[in-house]
Amino acid sequence: MNKNRIIVSALFIISLAGMMAVNGCKPKAPGAVGMGDAASKVFVAPGKYDEFYNIVSGGFNGQISVVGLPSGRVFRIVPVFSVHPENGYGYSEESKPMLNTSHGFVPWDDLHHIALSVTKGEHDGRWAFANANNTPRIARIDLTTFETEEILEIPNSGGNHSSPFITQNSEYVVASTRFSVPMGTDQQRDVPINTYKENFKGTVSFISVANDGDMKIAFQLVTPGVNFDLARAGKGPSHGWFFFSCYNTEQAYSLLEVNASQKDKDFIMAVNWKKAEEYIKAGKGKTVKSRYAHNKMDHSTHTATSTMMEEVLQLDPIALKDIIYFIPCPKSPHGCDVDPTGEYIVGSGKLAALIPVFSFSKTMKAIENKDFEGDFAGIPVIRYESALHGVVEKPGLGPLHTEFDGKGNAYTSMFVSSEIVKWDIKTLQVLDRAPTYYSVGHLSIPGGPTTKPHGKYLVAYNKITKDRYLPTGPELCQSAQLYDISGDKMQLILDFPTIGEPHYAEALPASMIKDKQVKFYKLEDNKHPYAAKGESEAKVVREGNKIHVYMTSIRSHFAPDNIEGVRLGDEVYFHVTNLEQDWDVPHGFAIKGADNAETLIMPGATQTLKWIPKRVGIFPFYCTDFCSALHQEMQGYIRVSPAGTNAPISFSLGVPGK
Amino acid sequence: MKTQSTSAMALAVALFFTTACSEAPQATESTNETDLSTAGQSAVSDDMSQKNVVQVAVGSPDHSTLVTAVTTAGLVDVLSNVGPFTVFAPVNAAFDALPDGTVDGLLKPESKGALTNILEYHVYVGVIRESMIQDGMVLNQVNGDNITLNKTGNDITVNGAKVIGSVPASNGIVYVIDKVLLPPDKK
Repeated sequence: MNKNRIIVSALFIISLAGMMAVNGCKPKAPGAVGMGDAASKVFVAPGKYDEFYNIVSGGFNGQISVVGLPSGRVFRIVPVFSVHPENGYGYSEESKPMLNTSHGFVPWDDLHHIALSVTKGEHDGRWAFANANNTPRIARIDLTTFETEEILEIPNSGGNHSSPFITQNSEYVVASTRFSVPMGTDQQRDVPINTYKENFKGTVSFISVANDGDMKIAFQLVTPGVNFDLARAGKGPSHGWFFFSCYNTEQAYSLLEVNASQKDKDFIMAVNWKKAEEYIKAGKGKTVKSRYAHNKMDHSTHTATSTMMEEVLQLDPIALKDIIYFIPCPKSPHGCDVDPTGEYIVGSGKLAALIPVFSFSKTMKAIENKDFEGDFAGIPVIRYESALHGVVEKPGLGPLHTEFDGKGNAYTSMFVSSEIVKWDIKTLQVLDRAPTYYSVGHLSIPGGPTTKPHGKYLVAYNKITKDRYLPTGPELCQSAQLYDISGDKMQLILDFPTIGEPHYAEALPASMIKDKQVKFYKLEDNKHPYAAKGESEAKVVREGNKIHVYMTSIRSHFAPDNIEGVRLGDEVYFHVTNLEQDWDVPHGFAIKGADNAETLIMPGATQTLKWIPKRVGIFPFYCTDFCSALHQEMQGYIRVSPAGTNAPISFSLGVPGK
Repeated sequence: MKTQSTSAMALAVALFFTTACSEAPQATESTNETDLSTAGQSAVSDDMSQKNVVQVAVGSPDHSTLVTAVTTAGLVDVLSNVGPFTVFAPVNAAFDALPDGTVDGLLKPESKGALTNILEYHVYVGVIRESMIQDGMVLNQVNGDNITLNKTGNDITVNGAKVIGSVPASNGIVYVIDKVLLPPDKK
């Protein structure tokens, strides 16, 4: 025991000596060294704004968070695929249709990736698109309201992971399946799992985006059964092509952690979508029956509608030549990223000891010369060496994703070795390494996937924080780490917790959208059928057992605020119109015993909360969003009488002593 | 047990810092690592959770040379993360069996690349449980080279080295082996 203690102390002294030694040899550079100036680089003083909006996926929370850079402050949670009791999204009668699918109402999803709209390859600040990984969907979020405006379900897909990446003029966003599945009729889909090779197919959907944002599935490519992981559109010279990483080309359907890692190489799939368009024009597409929901929010009625679609146009790229080609890529490629020039495609094999960089021009030459090493399920496989620009040797362990700074540099996240590695795209030399804490997944540079990256910052999204975040039971939060990349060396300047589990994120300059924000909705434009556009229009109407309350809210009362004549067995619809015409004055509405949520009503909008009373008595309702000094006075009562009571509907506001 | 892991940790800290100091000037200029003074996720104190592959090795007196090597190569935090890893862990005697001076040479700062390459040749990303091993199974290791597993009855070998035992860990599995695996010469 004593002996052990002596050893321990001896080693401890050695370790101290080591630490002193390192202090002794630290370069004595002024100022810039260390964390000294990190805090001042991220502090945004009152009266100033952040430089970038960071639009961050929430992963398993199904939402998007809006974060300011460089401060790391979270400004907003935008509900997309998940209900949000905080503002009533998915609970209010108006928003419920947004979450309708061919499986019925699906109140949750797993949101992994963001694509911001682009024009000529550059951010244009119109929309953010996001994918639902579980029940395949794609959503469009308006960047002037930060509300989800549209959700399109993707049929014939087992899970929409490889999505919603976007072409350089926002012609298309894509949705390719993570899990291949059998398609077609009930009989065609009811097959043994071990017939994967024969019966399971992948699909890659190209979703056209109209000038007003409206999304439509233009066509689906039916592919051999593999797992699609990530994707990027070509740009500049490679515009017209799209690149998708695929793994599990072993076509395993069990214990993928072993069985999908058998081959030395999987593929990057190159898709010539202009060629696909030509085939469609020539009438080579085939319309197939497929049920999927298309949901849209109408800002004049503040109400969403859900339309069930019945068919989709498919192309068979095995029969129709020259649409798709496979490029071999080592070890289960995850990230598949195209550099700002459009010439280089970076494949990150998460189990590979190197990063292959493919050349678009060499790939085109190989296709022209039919320089193929064979085929996979009838699709030509380009010779690896013929498409390869070169490899980054020993970049680190577990390369996942790559972003670009527009200065000829690439930045790749390394999951296993927990670091960001900066390298030169042309020479493939590693230039710098910065540790992340720990297990980095995606990374984001403002404008990183565009033809004109804004550079300056890099955000690493990390999984593990247990070395430094105060623990909170079995689950700890994920983190984002902000690096200043303006110099030769990356500098960590901020470490902040995130909402949900971020996967991909994008960032754009605040100046692009900050001054275009909608401040309120105009009351005169409100076309909601139950809107009360002034207190004189407030009323309560019985239609059978349905009670419609046309209610208004303004600082600091509801009209009406006393309601009687409701009976057990009735369904009460509170249609609340916020009469304010002022920025940032939402009112909330909540009522005791509601089995759904509250609802927040934006100025000028109408929202409906359905309430089914289950007991006799007087039930208070009140405003939940602190709106004024008399917010606490903003309340009302509704009286519920027994079923069969002969009590007429009555309502009032401000009638004392009655 | 506790004292042992404490001493290993202290050694780890010492080696970590001395390595950082002796790296090329270019690396020390990237001050992120040294100036943050973090102990790293391997230093998180947690006596309750199942041990990870590093803690398994640290807890085995037969693996002190391996632990020193892993520490010198700066792989402690890497192997402490979520993994999953299959680690082939040569016992001290396996290192002793290498030609005289080999281990000392590898532990020198200028050999960090060679040492890392050898250690990464002992690690596979993924969990291969004993029941999954098939005769002739090839695994592509973290350094990029392949190893071959052979199985005769209950006897398992890897590139000819005997598997003496296996220890499941929180982030993978450790196979104790009687020889050091040497990566094939680069063409």
